[in-house]
Amino acid sequence: MTELTLGPVYYLWDGPKWRDFYFQIADEAPVDRVILGETVCSKRQHFIEPHLAEVVERLERAGKSLAFSSLALVTLERESRIVKELIETSDYPIEVNDLSAIGLIKGRRHLVGPLVNVYNGPTARLLAQRGADRICLPPELPFSSIARIAADAPDVALEVMVFGRMPLAISARCAHARSKGRIKDNCQFVCGEEPDGLSIRTLDRQSFLVLNGVQTMSHTCQLLLSELKDLQEAGVNAFRLSPQDCDMARIAAIFQETLSGSMEPQEAIELIGHTYPKAKFSNGFHHGREGAGWVSRAKSNAHAP
Amino acid sequence: MQITSILALPLKAVPLMPLVSIELVASRLFKLLLSAHGDMFERLGTYKSNRFSFAPTDLPLIFLIEPHLLRLKVVRQSEAFTADAGVEAPLVMLLALLEGRCDADALFFSRDLKVIGDMEAMLAMRNALDDCDIDLPRDLARIGGPAAPIVHRLAVEIRSRSLREIQ
Amino acid sequence: MELICPAGTPAAFREAVDAGADAVYCGFRDETNARNFPGLNFSRDELHDAIVYARKKGCMTFVALNTFMRAGDEEIWYSAAADAVRLGADALILADFGLMAHVREQYPEQRLHVSVQASASNPEAINFLVEAFDAKRVVLPRTLTIGDIARIGRKVKCEIEVFVFGGLCVMAEGRCSLSSYATGKSPNMNGVCSPASHVRYRQDGSDMVSELGTYTINRFSHGEAAGYPTLCKGRFDIGDARGYAFEDPVSLDVMGEIEALKDAGVSALKIEGRQRGKAYVAEVVSTLRQVLATAPSGRGPLLARLRALSEGQKTTVGAYEKRWR
Repeated sequence: MTELTLGPVYYLWDGPKWRDFYFQIADEAPVDRVILGETVCSKRQHFIEPHLAEVVERLERAGKSLAFSSLALVTLERESRIVKELIETSDYPIEVNDLSAIGLIKGRRHLVGPLVNVYNGPTARLLAQRGADRICLPPELPFSSIARIAADAPDVALEVMVFGRMPLAISARCAHARSKGRIKDNCQFVCGEEPDGLSIRTLDRQSFLVLNGVQTMSHTCQLLLSELKDLQEAGVNAFRLSPQDCDMARIAAIFQETLSGSMEPQEAIELIGHTYPKAKFSNGFHHGREGAGWVSRAKSNAHAP
Repeated sequence: MQITSILALPLKAVPLMPLVSIELVASRLFKLLLSAHGDMFERLGTYKSNRFSFAPTDLPLIFLIEPHLLRLKVVRQSEAFTADAGVEAPLVMLLALLEGRCDADALFFSRDLKVIGDMEAMLAMRNALDDCDIDLPRDLARIGGPAAPIVHRLAVEIRSRSLREIQ
Repeated sequence: MELICPAGTPAAFREAVDAGADAVYCGFRDETNARNFPGLNFSRDELHDAIVYARKKGCMTFVALNTFMRAGDEEIWYSAAADAVRLGADALILADFGLMAHVREQYPEQRLHVSVQASASNPEAINFLVEAFDAKRVVLPRTLTIGDIARIGRKVKCEIEVFVFGGLCVMAEGRCSLSSYATGKSPNMNGVCSPASHVRYRQDGSDMVSELGTYTINRFSHGEAAGYPTLCKGRFDIGDARGYAFEDPVSLDVMGEIEALKDAGVSALKIEGRQRGKAYVAEVVSTLRQVLATAPSGRGPLLARLRALSEGQKTTVGAYEKRWR
């Protein structure tokens, strides 16, 4: 049974926007699992805290299974404490995103997020032995690696990100704050001004990357639709949608229809384009090429491994 | 970067020489280096079959090297030539690079050196040369005969003065 | 404190040993290490000779196997580990858990260091690697302040090594796919960042334009100090502003802070630069050796000498100082 997962919101959305987003997901989106919680920057935590309880309640009532995401980059004592508390006190499964969480969670069932470096079967098996039930693989992985990991580590469920801007890098330095004349310590949450990321263009005006606080994301939006069938056959049993500032319930519905066979991938690609009109799509990583590239279906068959 | 004074006079004379003579001398030196460092291009791997150009910015000449043929050619700057990758810098710098006596990256950062064409090929060449332990005075003195000690002493002197001037 | 020095070729290796390195780190000539550049690195025979040379002079050899194993091709990394152990490497520098587990199981006596590419940036992460794989040393990411390092030093059960000079990663190391996003080749998978195969320099009027894949990374006016076309050190348009979005083309230099690093519990200082030539290695290693032997007040002139070798001819203390963030 293939599942749809909604990944954590990587961007800083203000409290009410964040709450309303999840209300809509609860009411309308055909996703099976929702990962909640701040993943990118520990300074942002307080934005969602006042709304967490009602969001959790609404999602649970809608029958979604829930998990909480741990921080991607942990360097400060405060951040260590946040991760520790999350693991010690959470009633829900945790999706780990850094090594400290992997260390602390040993022996408890958990999920592994796409920001942990799982590039091969032996690593997947090792994490499974330590209690991982499910691993969402890094976006950089080509299909050949995904298929091989699935074959080598049959005891752990695998998930692949199929929609959303790809998290490409994270830094101790906040380029987003710097671009607005601030530094991380006095940022005044300027990253909240761009709910879908701040665009970086080359000197020749080519769209390239997007800033999201300390995280750097792709300008292009990962879109794997024609590739779903191959992934399913390889043993991937869940697909992740990473929230963008667009109608995610609609995006989820399109994926669900494609997975159920009631919609052709080509039609789905068009509809996704209408739903997220400002996006440029890519699937290069999946095909072992530059991540920003787009391989059309006909070509992808010719190059199929 | 100015031409260093010790080489200024001979450099002025070089363009007046016939190309064949220059190529003859350069090829002879190239052969000496090859005999001193048998596997000097081994690190090039697949780039061995590429053609590399070395262009001293203070000479109207370009030296073309084809590692797989162990061949060196000299053309005038005005002539058309093809190369897969190349480097341009003042002659003393090129020689210092050949010996691994100065850092190519640092010269690139300071814009004293320019790389053209296939970067990967040029990087492989840089790394291959860097591992060679080329010592021009010592290697050139292998020419043998009664002149060898004089060649060695003279070359050491030119080198130490030139290096002092570029540092 | 130990001085850990880079070597991309046997010639650079000998220079590093002769200049006073306590240990030299290097890698095989393939994708098993994060400096998989054309013409660089060591064959098995070259590593053997290098280890013998180092040992004779009382210097250690660390072998970096710090890329992530490609699924299905693990044997390439396993055989590299086997050969490094057989040839007598004093430590293996690893980043991939799967490879760490393999080395621990197959060679229980082999000393294991955690590469900066593993991104172990806090005490809990480091202690996990110590407990799970018996790591004896961790190379810390260049994302930490000296205060962070001191806090880690008090809490971890292994030695700490930090980068003090050379190239600076702006992003958390081992967690960056910027290069593969633009070129298809990444540090984690291919051992290259912003690979030369995708670099092009183009003259545009009096400007030099650097390109990576199909993207313009920078434009240098005539005579302006240049840098590598590394993505995170490129000049871009961000919103309405134009500039270095992440970091200027600079390199790291925290030698001015070595007393503080010593107090923080650091046991080894690492120099970046396996891709640099032997002249660079000789100059940096011998100068830093002198710095370590000189009283703090007399170090200034020695350090000034190194600036000319740096990218953009500028240096920064990077994240070691909090305001960098």
